[in-house]
Amino acid sequence: MKNFITALDLLGKTMMRGMEEAGSIAVLFVSVVAWSVRPPFRLKDIVKQMEFVGVRSIFLVVLTGTFIGMVMALQGYHGFRMFGAESLVGSTVALGMTRELGPVITALMITGRCGSAMAAELGTMRVTEQIDALYVMAANPVKHLIVPRMIAAIIMVPMLTVVSDFVGIVGGYFVGVHLLHINSGVFMANITKLVDLNDIYNGLVKAAVFGLILSLIGCYKGFNTKGGAEGVGRATTESVVLSSVAILVSDYFLTALMF
Amino acid sequence: MIRLIEVHKSFGPQKVLDGLNLEIERGKTTVIIGRSGGGKSVLLKHVIGLLKPDSGQVLIDGVDITKLNDRELNEIRKKFGMLFQEAALFDSMTVGENVAFPLREHTKMKEDEIRDTVAERLRVVGLKGVETKMPSELSGGMRKRVGLARAIALRPQIVLFDEPTTGLDPVMTEAVNQLIMDTQRSFDLTCVVISHDVQSIFRIGQKIAMLHEGRIIACGTPDVIETSDNPVIRQFLAGSIEGPIKIM
Repeated sequence: MKNFITALDLLGKTMMRGMEEAGSIAVLFVSVVAWSVRPPFRLKDIVKQMEFVGVRSIFLVVLTGTFIGMVMALQGYHGFRMFGAESLVGSTVALGMTRELGPVITALMITGRCGSAMAAELGTMRVTEQIDALYVMAANPVKHLIVPRMIAAIIMVPMLTVVSDFVGIVGGYFVGVHLLHINSGVFMANITKLVDLNDIYNGLVKAAVFGLILSLIGCYKGFNTKGGAEGVGRATTESVVLSSVAILVSDYFLTALMF
Repeated sequence: MIRLIEVHKSFGPQKVLDGLNLEIERGKTTVIIGRSGGGKSVLLKHVIGLLKPDSGQVLIDGVDITKLNDRELNEIRKKFGMLFQEAALFDSMTVGENVAFPLREHTKMKEDEIRDTVAERLRVVGLKGVETKMPSELSGGMRKRVGLARAIALRPQIVLFDEPTTGLDPVMTEAVNQLIMDTQRSFDLTCVVISHDVQSIFRIGQKIAMLHEGRIIACGTPDVIETSDNPVIRQFLAGSIEGPIKIM
């Protein structure tokens, strides 16, 4: 009985902590929205973050997107061959990339590369009193640090998703047509026949939401870092884990709403 | 000018400030002394509104800053400059950008005016031609001086110093002390310094306040503090293990 109560107590505490954290993240989000519409707009900071999130992530996104497209073609081919439907490989790759894997894989990659960096950078600024210094100089840290990062992520994750979608289909084409000898005309025709522009648009909306999630959580974890180097490490790890889970869970609900 | 009245602050079960009263005079350097972890930094953070007391008042020029909203508090903060313990320079910006930050944030100065002001403030702290360097390229003493240049960029009335000489060699300690005194005089500043470096305390302090167990137990001129027969002050100044200050 005592063990049961202890377990219940632990569960309750964990739930409370989770709810509290969700509340704090929501409060931060509201504050970011309020500060992002209040001038002056710091275009230079936003562009700097866009370069970091977007331009410097292109190689990573191209690499992962290509291989995801390639492996989808390979797996799809072996599956469809069982009932002679190899011609559907192209459209499967294209639909899978645009609707699902393009946005999700890109967001997970950017979480690992940039969400973690946001947490680490803001966490270091917190423990070295740089965030306090901003407050002391009557400068709002949300406006200076979080708004540019979130705007950059919301714009750049969809852009990277376009790249990922494209190279994924190219990778699928290479495997399907050149390695598995599917007719290239059939491969392409099925893509144009079965993939709708809305598939791409909805995928990009998802990507924007994922960009918001990964930057909001990365900044939240960094901003609320406690302790020294260990705290920064913990904030970074937690931001990657929480963002990845939130991206995958929200993906289900967004898909259920959109398609 | 700065008054703290019956300030209480606890973190969880730990009482840090316990009915603290303190008055800081305009145009003088007041040094707050006390053991490490005794709440000196917490006290300083209350003065600039980074922390809010559980109860009590913090008056800056007669205004109780504990009751202000963010916007009003920011107006008060423009009267302040602060030098943090590790200088807290923005490591993604150059030295020049760091010193220019408050100017860009709160003035409508043109770029060439900003450049001139930055160079002038850096000259005041004894640095020349370091504008394009990154903070990571500077030594600890230089970082503190840049931190001070940034703190005085807007010509504040009050400058807070969080352990300005901790971690510096004796020569650099003296240089920083001299700099605090010179800056205080030339800008007619009210300086609040927290420190536990006994030599520096008497070098720069025009008034010294001793914080012990969450209260100011003595406040007076260096002579008064030096000749005090309060056992806590005697033990602190002598640096002895035996006495009312318990070592945990």
